[in-house]
Amino acid sequence: MKVMCAMSGGVDSSVAAALLVEQGHQVVGVTMRLWGGESDTGCCSVSDVDDARRVAQQLGIDHLVFNFSEDFDEHVVTPYVQAHTAGMTPNPCIECNRHVKFARLSERAALLGFDAVATGHHARVTSLDGRLELERGFDRDKDQSYVVHMIDEVELQRTLFPVGGMTKPQVRDHAARLGLRTATKPDSQDVCFITSTGGRTAFLGKRIPMRSATVVDTAGARVGTVPAVEMVTLGQRRGIGLPGGGPKRFVVDIDLDRAIVTVGDEGDLLVPGHVVHEATWVHGPAAALAHESVLVQSSAHGVPQPATLTIDDRGCVTRVRWLTPQRRIAPGQSMVLYDPSDRFVLGGGIAGGPLTNP
Amino acid sequence: MDVGDTLTYLDHAATTPMRPEALEAMLPFLTERFANPSGSHRFARSVRQAVDEARDVVAEVIGCDPGEVVFTGCGTESDNAAIVGTQRRHGGIAVCAAAEHHAVLHAVEHGGGRVVAVDAAGRIDLDALRSTLDDEREHRGAAHVSIVSVMAVNNEVGSINPVAEVADIVREHAPHALVHTDAVQAACWIDLRTLAPHVQLLALSAHKFGGPKGVGVLMARSGTVLEPLLQGGGQERDRRSGTHNVAGIVAMAEALRLTDRERVADNLRIEQLRNRLVDTLCASLDDVIETVPRDAKVAGSAHVCIAGIESESLLYLLDEADICASAASACASGAMEPSHVLAAMGVDKRFSLGALRMSLGFTTTEADVDRAAAVIIDAVHRLRGVPR
Repeated sequence: MKVMCAMSGGVDSSVAAALLVEQGHQVVGVTMRLWGGESDTGCCSVSDVDDARRVAQQLGIDHLVFNFSEDFDEHVVTPYVQAHTAGMTPNPCIECNRHVKFARLSERAALLGFDAVATGHHARVTSLDGRLELERGFDRDKDQSYVVHMIDEVELQRTLFPVGGMTKPQVRDHAARLGLRTATKPDSQDVCFITSTGGRTAFLGKRIPMRSATVVDTAGARVGTVPAVEMVTLGQRRGIGLPGGGPKRFVVDIDLDRAIVTVGDEGDLLVPGHVVHEATWVHGPAAALAHESVLVQSSAHGVPQPATLTIDDRGCVTRVRWLTPQRRIAPGQSMVLYDPSDRFVLGGGIAGGPLTNP
Repeated sequence: MDVGDTLTYLDHAATTPMRPEALEAMLPFLTERFANPSGSHRFARSVRQAVDEARDVVAEVIGCDPGEVVFTGCGTESDNAAIVGTQRRHGGIAVCAAAEHHAVLHAVEHGGGRVVAVDAAGRIDLDALRSTLDDEREHRGAAHVSIVSVMAVNNEVGSINPVAEVADIVREHAPHALVHTDAVQAACWIDLRTLAPHVQLLALSAHKFGGPKGVGVLMARSGTVLEPLLQGGGQERDRRSGTHNVAGIVAMAEALRLTDRERVADNLRIEQLRNRLVDTLCASLDDVIETVPRDAKVAGSAHVCIAGIESESLLYLLDEADICASAASACASGAMEPSHVLAAMGVDKRFSLGALRMSLGFTTTEADVDRAAAVIIDAVHRLRGVPR
């Protein structure tokens, strides 16, 4: 096959490319230039591009750089900033996968005659009962099926995750065996356009006005202030300006218009379920509904919780109802649905408001 | 990978193949004649003679005095030496056009200078230049603009700037300002003797006319005092320090001599090839524009904008078919940057997204352009989803 392998300059995609070459595919490495601003690895992440190019040279494959910075800005950075002004907590890596990697790059790969796009994600494309499933990565600690959940059955046919069946130590061992320069490179932890020195606050502070907010308890009594209501996330415990020592208190409500943050105990956070917006499905909604209950994961490494799934008549409103009440999910986070065996992605969407009790 | 054997090379504006005579001329200075020309022994003196003779050749082709030729490390250095060197010595600000090469544009912007609009063909807008100079004179004094820089030929789209008219305007509206021209893309196409009389400063780069990379020229008229960028041994009469790149200088002179000698014939031959290439593309494809009209650009430039496709995709398909072309300048990561030149010209985004810069040169053949045209037409059809 002719495969376009997205190479970020990290060890996973380096080994992904190496495995494809070993399997005899015709491989072209592509690094996407996404963010033109400041980053931890230099402007345009030049040192990561250098790593990707040097690995490609070592593997004897062509390496290209595609400039998708406009798409990235339009579909990832701008919505990220807007979401924060609306009091939401988005996951930009998921939006990048949705709009850039498995859309823009994949379309270009098809146009240029490639049979598949490969990435270094820890997830698997598994053939089961005659159809392809999106399965969690073999290394559960590194599983990234959550961030690639929007891939549907059509896209799965032309998607490869060469390292999805390996543990991270196996990936690093393979890289070391081949002498790849990325073998011991640390995993990237954060959003690529947020620097480790400035963090989210510095990034957003340059782009949107930050308003201080009053912190009150559930009875309405004022207990403190926070410098930026836009930076507060539902469920947050630290950094809300409360003295230590007392009972654990969580952000249980954010009134953006009036700049009031309400804190309460864990019980105040518990909700029976959530509306899920912009749902996507690996095999369509019917396949997901066929399960009596599903498992829902609401953060990259969160513990999946059982829930029942409903989709209204017109397919417009998706709801998950927890089997036991769970902490409220910050709006904007992705909720990813897995089958009861917790292996296969059924679909996912964006957390909306909480459900009320029936 | 050898050009000629497998590659169709249409990227002469990025760099040219070396002229074999230039390569031959430089080899002795990389082997037995290795002396430092600034030395005091006979071995050094013989090498010094080679540098002096090269300087004479370069001066003759530019139409200046040999003492006005400063050898530099590249075209970018020459541009920076002119702009930054003027500003450091004389203060004030620099003015340039919006479609300048980044070697000029970034140097001007870095020093807080002014950037003047260009017309739809990428040429400096003379009215805008006048009003910018008048504005500076009125608000900051007659001497505030210390240098005006305008490229002789645009590196992306090939437009020819009216350097003589610019110089006239500067004399009238900013009489204290020096005039610099980045002539890096001009050497193959324009007799430099027609440019030089209008300017105090002129930049060249050897690898754009069949010389090696890593050597350039700054022509600086006598009496034009610049603050040197590099402090050191003062080898180039205190205008530039650093041991002479003797091999590069000798090869550059030989390449420039041949370029000058063959310029008229090359222009005629290459213009026909360029027209054949662009005519074929325009006749076979809808929604293709020739970015700059032929009477406003040099013979080697075949810049087109193709609607409905993306440059990166087209370049991939051309690359796959062993055709070397480009779109715009690339950033340090290797990614293509959206062209500031096309943006300044006001090219509709529908077209500028599909920019294709093909640049022809002394090695280009009829077979090259015919092959390129066929591959491009095929690739564009494919990218547009037209059944073949």
